Amino acid sequence: MSLVAEASAGLRRSLPPARASRGLVVASLAVCAVMVTPLAYLALRAAEADASSWDLILRMRTVWLTLRTLGLAAAVTIAAVAVGVPLAWLTTRTDLPGRRAWAVLVSLPLVIPSYVGAFALIAAFGPRGMLQQLLEAPLGVERLPDITGFPGAFIALTLFTYPYVFLLVSAGIKGLDPSIEDASRSLAHTRWTTFRRVTLPSLRPSIAAGGLLVALYALHDFGAVSLMRFPAFTQAIYLQYKGAFDRTPAALLSLMLVGLALAVLVLEQRARGRARYYRSGAGTARRVTPIELGKWTWPSLVLCGSVTLFALVGPLAVIVFWLIRGFAAGTDIELTLAPAVGSLVVASAAALAAVASAFPIARLVARHQGGFTRSVERLSYTGYALPGIVAALAFVFFASNFAPWLYQSLPLVVIAYVVLFLPQATEPLRGALMQMGPRVEEAGRALGRTRRHVYLSVVAPLIARGALAGAALVFLTSMKELPATLLLRPTGFDTLATSIWTGAAAGLYSKAAAPALLLIAICAVPLYVLVRRVEVEKIEVPAE
Amino acid sequence: MKLRKLIGTAAAAALVLGLAGCGDDATPAGATEPDDDAGASLTVYSGRDEEFVGPLYEQFETDTGITLDVRYGDSAELAATIMEEGDSSPADVFVSQDAGSLGAVAAEGLLAQIDQEILDRVDERFRSSEGTWVGLSGRARVAAYNTDELTEADLPDSILGFTDPQWKGRIGFAPTNSSFQAFVAGMIATEGEDATREFLEGLVANDPRLYEDNSSTVRGVAAGEIEVGFVNHYYKYEVAAEDGEIPVENHFFTGGDPGALVNAAGAGILTSSKDPDAATRLLDYLTGEQGQTYFAEETWEYPVVDGYAPAVELVALDDIESPEIDLSDLAGTLEPALDLLAEVGLL
Repeated sequence: MSLVAEASAGLRRSLPPARASRGLVVASLAVCAVMVTPLAYLALRAAEADASSWDLILRMRTVWLTLRTLGLAAAVTIAAVAVGVPLAWLTTRTDLPGRRAWAVLVSLPLVIPSYVGAFALIAAFGPRGMLQQLLEAPLGVERLPDITGFPGAFIALTLFTYPYVFLLVSAGIKGLDPSIEDASRSLAHTRWTTFRRVTLPSLRPSIAAGGLLVALYALHDFGAVSLMRFPAFTQAIYLQYKGAFDRTPAALLSLMLVGLALAVLVLEQRARGRARYYRSGAGTARRVTPIELGKWTWPSLVLCGSVTLFALVGPLAVIVFWLIRGFAAGTDIELTLAPAVGSLVVASAAALAAVASAFPIARLVARHQGGFTRSVERLSYTGYALPGIVAALAFVFFASNFAPWLYQSLPLVVIAYVVLFLPQATEPLRGALMQMGPRVEEAGRALGRTRRHVYLSVVAPLIARGALAGAALVFLTSMKELPATLLLRPTGFDTLATSIWTGAAAGLYSKAAAPALLLIAICAVPLYVLVRRVEVEKIEVPAE
Repeated sequence: MKLRKLIGTAAAAALVLGLAGCGDDATPAGATEPDDDAGASLTVYSGRDEEFVGPLYEQFETDTGITLDVRYGDSAELAATIMEEGDSSPADVFVSQDAGSLGAVAAEGLLAQIDQEILDRVDERFRSSEGTWVGLSGRARVAAYNTDELTEADLPDSILGFTDPQWKGRIGFAPTNSSFQAFVAGMIATEGEDATREFLEGLVANDPRLYEDNSSTVRGVAAGEIEVGFVNHYYKYEVAAEDGEIPVENHFFTGGDPGALVNAAGAGILTSSKDPDAATRLLDYLTGEQGQTYFAEETWEYPVVDGYAPAVELVALDDIESPEIDLSDLAGTLEPALDLLAEVGLL
């Protein structure tokens, strides 16, 4: 039994299967009704399958595809946790020099779209890429080893997804009650033992949540795997649409991908563990004495520096290079603001809508475990498991035929984003609700306050951090979204992602570079606020 | 921006209503007709990039007074979109990068019969045999080679020559690209599956470098990552327009070689179009002087109408003797091509 479980035994109890209120059930059913759209579409298309479509799917190649894709997702998840957790701990609990700046820098790769990042990696580290050209004169290196294939896909996905783990685990660490660690230290345990036996087990839910987001991202991502030429599941789906124009096998493959995602979800539910980790309230948060790194300072700096170099500086340098070369060649690079405004509007709306939709689901999962909750939770993940084009075609089909007034409108784009990214809002909210514990609300109610009052004055402030993190994640991911935006946007409506696509599709990197830089710059702002806000909170608490 | 659009749409709608009140002349469309469609508006799904065809669409708007609402996207994705929309599609015209996407939409019965006068202008190889889509420009498969490393004389006459072991580690292409897949499908159609498999296995044995798309392949050739890349002929010009002078030349395959497939970018009118007359005007324009000259000069392609010549130095279509394949059927034979590519490990 882990120390934390012993230490927090007083706070811990197994939850009685309390009945969810009718409002909560109705709200979650409403969310599910929208979330089920892609599945309903896929079922409809799969129902058209005849023997030949099944023949296409049921063969050895599909087994290899499954194993390869799962292998990639597993490797990326392990690597993202291995990178994200130490970075989170270093930037929140130690005296690492410049740790607040590092916290911002190492979260920034989240805003780099994986298709842009992968492209930049190839340009930088390809056999005759920019790095080779730098090395040719001094060292005579004529070509570097090819990174495409599994290594490239693995590196690209890890570099651009570990921030999910980093952000969720950072939030998890900040939500921990430091007195439990102090208790462990007072029992003469070393820092390492304390980290291993107290901190790490308490972080299990946030590590599992971050890992889940990474694993599902790796399953549904198409941009990075296709650029790195790694034949994954999504590539097989795209080939059916784009090469063979056959929607039925594409639907069968997509349903299998959803199946894989659900399997991953079950794994995560196991990893999350039965135990509940929460403290009695926010009152115990206070300034934590940072751990002195001592001789570990330099290795830690090297870790932060190299992650920043590969995941942020590298891609940025390549984009800036393209831009400068474009200017030098006199390419007509115009930077219009309309796409930026378009991106901001839909991504903000999606962030708000996603948090609102995530709340009933997160609450069900955190408070009312049971069969109904499990179904709702799993359903809410199906959109996130699918490549954007599949969800987009589902909305094309339903909206154009049954709701033409909604078709090719901004609200539809927002709805599609929510379906695609809902778990990014659910996970942090659930984490916050779980850390809060049910007794807080019970106490409020016992003191004679109305449910609404308890929510506004007690619950809302405590879960604000989770809601903010969720909104930020959905906002950032929506800013980067491309396939669904292309198919569902109103005609003539541009976002930064579609502007990047317009340039890149024509092979004009300099034209893609300007909107890419603007996208990263705009996304950096909310990310900076998110990372800093948590810092500020912590400083203010002891002053109260 | 949105407001302007709204006002524009409202104005267009008012004009349409006004014109409808003036009575219908029912004149057949043609290049010399007066602007009786002025005020009409069309929704175009364009699989061709804004960068390359945007100016042509704008010119059409100016010349005819017909407003175009152009929705840009990937040809195959737009084809899938139209297939999902079915009869509810808001699109009037589908402009595609390749014949395969048009063939797929036509196979679902979603493309209408095109005016015979327009069809007749276009070389028979580059239009649907059922008259449901028409080619706008031609694009030849070539071997783009690095001129620092090779001369024309070093290159084999047939694409089959690249299976020779001397090309090991020197070639590259983009197997997920639809024009490469169309070439493989064409080869299956003319040479048979076994010969195609043998060819692909020969390529694989030569350890080709695989790229994401044609322009990256040409950039790979220019950078010396590979010496020869199998691409469409115009990418050399596109990349040069962006990157400046590059040491790359096109090597054409001729005399009906399986490597010599010439594919067509084209367009079709949707059966659900609300204004087939205006849509016909657009196709008329694109296959007319403005369109054909534009594709020759601005996108470095082959015009497909008699009387227009390529603007850059290209091997004449008659010398290429592209293998005789119905381009619409390529969509149907793509499945075996994809299978074969997967079987030899290229996908």
